[in-house]
Amino acid sequence: MIDIISSLAIPLLVLFVVFYGFIKKTDVYTSFIDGSKESFPMIYNLFPTLLAMMLGINLLLESGIFDLISSTIKKFVDVPSEIIPLALLRPISGSSALAILNNIYINNGPDSLIGKLASVIQGSTETTFYILSLYFSIIGVKKIKYALKVGLLADAIGIIVSFILVNLLWN
Amino acid sequence: MVNKIWIFFIIFGIIGCVITGKIDSLNAIILNSTKESLEMVAKIFPVMALWLGIMNIASISGLLAKLSLKISPVLSFLFPELKKDDPALGLIASNIIANLFGLGNAATPFGIKAMQALQEKNPEKDTATRSMITFLVINTSGLTIIPTTIIALRMFHGSKNPTEIVLACLISTMLSTFIGLAIDRLYGRKK
Repeated sequence: MIDIISSLAIPLLVLFVVFYGFIKKTDVYTSFIDGSKESFPMIYNLFPTLLAMMLGINLLLESGIFDLISSTIKKFVDVPSEIIPLALLRPISGSSALAILNNIYINNGPDSLIGKLASVIQGSTETTFYILSLYFSIIGVKKIKYALKVGLLADAIGIIVSFILVNLLWN
Repeated sequence: MVNKIWIFFIIFGIIGCVITGKIDSLNAIILNSTKESLEMVAKIFPVMALWLGIMNIASISGLLAKLSLKISPVLSFLFPELKKDDPALGLIASNIIANLFGLGNAATPFGIKAMQALQEKNPEKDTATRSMITFLVINTSGLTIIPTTIIALRMFHGSKNPTEIVLACLISTMLSTFIGLAIDRLYGRKK
């Protein structure tokens, strides 16, 4: 069921928008071309930001700081050791988090408790750093005030809630 | 803020690699990052162009304005700074709806347009406004009904019940979004 919904969502959305434009006698084709052109200035602003971010994040990932933090946290809290790197990297790097999730599925299975916990963490949080730098860089905002703090707090809450929920539901 | 974080990432990253004896891989990482970011742009760019085109049809045909009227009672509570007929509202609504249905690719261009609309009325162009931050809190807290990527990945790894986690994800993301918005409110009022 969810399969069908998610595979039909995009085609239906496109159909609906084009059909609505047709009814309202909009120049649908020209509107599409004009809108599409706006992607060029966006990418122009986006590429340098992405480059800077990837460079910083990749260097930090390789430095081993996350292993250090993981093992420190492990000393104080009783959390499965596979989950800590996922929780730490989730706000910073979407692709690393996905790679960790993939490994957890391979090593523990998607239906294990750890597999479920990892699924829920991944499914209920977002790559905060990426989103903030993407949106703010495109419009040229440099002073982001409390945005990062609130974004990271929301991630932390999502992770804690996932942990409690998974234990309540399946443990 | 971003400046300090970046400096920390670079300095700590390079020194950390030197200390842990990964000097050999440093060069590869620096060069690979350039490649990776270009690949990311190559991935995002065409999708963005597509959705910006589709969205412009929705905007010119009046669909967006209609949508924002429907959803404006909820949004005007979340964004007290915006007027009821602000063009940003329709874009914010489209972004949230696309996110809810797991259409992350479509959500991003809507979100960018929403941010641009907010920026037009921003008196200090280099500083984030309260509405911008509220909008991004909704985005960074990952509000979605169907986490499509995870369901697909669970299926791929042979899960007996790939959609089993959907409800837990929904509760968790809703709670973190609400609490995130509450914290955002507190910060926004402080000023």
